Amino acid sequence: MEEKQNFTVSVYTENNVGILNRLSAIFLKRHINIESMTVSKSEIDDVHRFTFVVIVTKTLIRKVVGQLEKQIEVIKAFYHTEDEIIYNETALFKISSEHLYNEKIQKKLKFRRAHIIFITEPYFVIEASGLKADIDNMYEKLKPFGLLQFVRSGRIAITRPKMAISELLQEIN
Amino acid sequence: MKETQTIEIKDTSHKTDRIAGSEAIIRCLLEENVDILYGYPGGAIMPVYDELYKYQDKIHHVLTRHEQGATHAAQGFARISGRVGVCIATSGPGATNLVTGIADAQIDSTPLVCITGQVASHLLGSDAFQETDIVGISTPVTKWNYQITKASEIPEVMAKAFYIARSGRPGPVLVDITKDAQFEEIDFSYKKCEGIRSYKPVPETDNSKVQAAADLINTAKKPLIVWGQGVILGKAEKELKAVIEKAGIPSAWTILGASAIPTSHPLNVGMVGMHGNYAPNVLTNECDVLIAIGMRFDDRVTGNLDTYAKQAKVIHFEIDPAEVDKNVKTDIAVLGDAKTSLKKLLPLLNNKSHDDWHQKFKDLYAIEYDEVIKNDLYPTKEGLTMGEVLKEINIQTKGEAAIVSDVGQHQMIACRYAEFKNTRSNITSGGLGTMGFGLPAAIGAKMAAPEREVISISGDGGYQMTIQELGTIFQQKVAVKVVVLNNGFLGMVRQWQQLFFDKRYASTEMTNPDFVTIAKGYYLNAKRVTKREELADAVAEMIASKEAYFLEVCVEQEDNVFPMVPSGASVSDIRLK
Repeated sequence: MEEKQNFTVSVYTENNVGILNRLSAIFLKRHINIESMTVSKSEIDDVHRFTFVVIVTKTLIRKVVGQLEKQIEVIKAFYHTEDEIIYNETALFKISSEHLYNEKIQKKLKFRRAHIIFITEPYFVIEASGLKADIDNMYEKLKPFGLLQFVRSGRIAITRPKMAISELLQEIN
Repeated sequence: MKETQTIEIKDTSHKTDRIAGSEAIIRCLLEENVDILYGYPGGAIMPVYDELYKYQDKIHHVLTRHEQGATHAAQGFARISGRVGVCIATSGPGATNLVTGIADAQIDSTPLVCITGQVASHLLGSDAFQETDIVGISTPVTKWNYQITKASEIPEVMAKAFYIARSGRPGPVLVDITKDAQFEEIDFSYKKCEGIRSYKPVPETDNSKVQAAADLINTAKKPLIVWGQGVILGKAEKELKAVIEKAGIPSAWTILGASAIPTSHPLNVGMVGMHGNYAPNVLTNECDVLIAIGMRFDDRVTGNLDTYAKQAKVIHFEIDPAEVDKNVKTDIAVLGDAKTSLKKLLPLLNNKSHDDWHQKFKDLYAIEYDEVIKNDLYPTKEGLTMGEVLKEINIQTKGEAAIVSDVGQHQMIACRYAEFKNTRSNITSGGLGTMGFGLPAAIGAKMAAPEREVISISGDGGYQMTIQELGTIFQQKVAVKVVVLNNGFLGMVRQWQQLFFDKRYASTEMTNPDFVTIAKGYYLNAKRVTKREELADAVAEMIASKEAYFLEVCVEQEDNVFPMVPSGASVSDIRLK
């Protein structure tokens, strides 16, 4: 059996209503759970970028990307393994103020990419960003203090090789 | 019938004039040379129907008896003519009733433009009367869809819809138009769509790939071509024939590829797949080079992929990059449309005959003939077979008819035994297997090609799924010939129950009405045949009829379709009994 792994799928599309539905339907049809998703504008005017993270086999992701790219309003779609990208996720943790000076929390804040972004009387908010494992680790450490709220963003990713995606996309303009 | 009114129609050339969105839709259709559309009116599409009334001398609206019938009729129209089929329905149930036909068109690559009315834009999301999210519902089964909420969008979106439906690998497009956009006035001008920046319909054919394919074909000792509908959609029949003849390659077809090359062609070795011919199925696992042209290796064609043509190098001529390596790993993929690619291939091929290899097909055909075909076409038992009905139709139409089949046993028999002389003569629901497809599709086919003999062949099951379209045949005076092969069973399911479920016939027996009386109720000429000696005369009467004609043939109840590749088996393990 071919092994499943994390793939980051970047889809460059026109900016129209309904594209998300069309893309997600392709994952749904193959019973693939979307681990995370981010939509933003891209480096090119009027071109939107979807970033999906899915855990599937390489054979399957190749076929899925073929189907994604086939959609009329999709300009280009790519898939990358973890070592082909630089990526980031951000999380917010809301914790009761009674724990603000707790040593364990203060120690966690020494982690280079976590800091308090908001403090008020009843609670404070920690923002952390990094790889998924970093956020997971932070989550496990902070959970014992009672998380009043927790949220993690979808992945944002950029390729490691100087992949001339923009040049490729510019051609169509 | 309504009295025809003479109405002044404004010139539809490119000058701008101020019209309502509803009229703009009709004007777009006229710009796209649409002269016939199939549909069913209702609240949210009434402004467009009002315009259809005014434009009735330019554009003929066919009122089907159910919206599903409208989509299948539009499919039949498209399949026989190569033009875009158009259908129209109201919001809510009207729109959802289109979905089966749209899904069928998507999987069988049929160009359709479906227009649906929608509640007014300020009511969207309010669960208004007959509101349904048809854009959401149809997304996975359309090539493209779009909801128009402003009349100003109509010309551009309609132009895109037709362009997308017909270009590249064709498919269905749905355009949903809110009622307020139909009322809103715009300055109308129309420009045909010639390209969309994010959409490349036809990949360029890479000459080096064509050369590599030619090299492989030239060195092959046992090459086999399997062609599909891509040849018909790409209008590459002539090019395919030239390739086959020059390289002397035995060539088989998928169900949707049927009729691209005449049945009688000496290198036409029959159908591949679950109920295909013995030789091409068995020899798929013996060929050294498998050349797939405009086909997509459907599981009904390949059987078990783990044992499919593993010994062969595979060349895939394909327009849709997403199909390459989807099911079968290819050694050489030649992207592009079939016509261009085959044209480039032809001069690179050596003249060959492969006589020994071709003899193998003949030998296996002889086995299939003795075990299956002889009994199907020249039965000695009392009951009529479906095969002998097809044989009689072949004889009396001289292979000139277009055969529109439904789904099931009769479909496999029709595709196996119909003798085709002309391309676009086999219209059937392949990928989706939509029972009920046949009758309405035959209506559309006959209306698109009135000069052709169009024969609808259905089983007693599928026929009753869209039987109400007899009303359309009667009202529109469509001279389609309707044959029902009645075995009193949902025959294909019953066959599987017999073979794989110990004959437990769960809900496959049909207690049927008097089909002849029903046809007569729709004022159609109708006849029932129960004995062999009545068959030839009845078929002759049907063919001679200038009007629609209904023929029921009561066939043996528990005949099975063979050969058969059991589900999950290898194509070379095809059973003859």
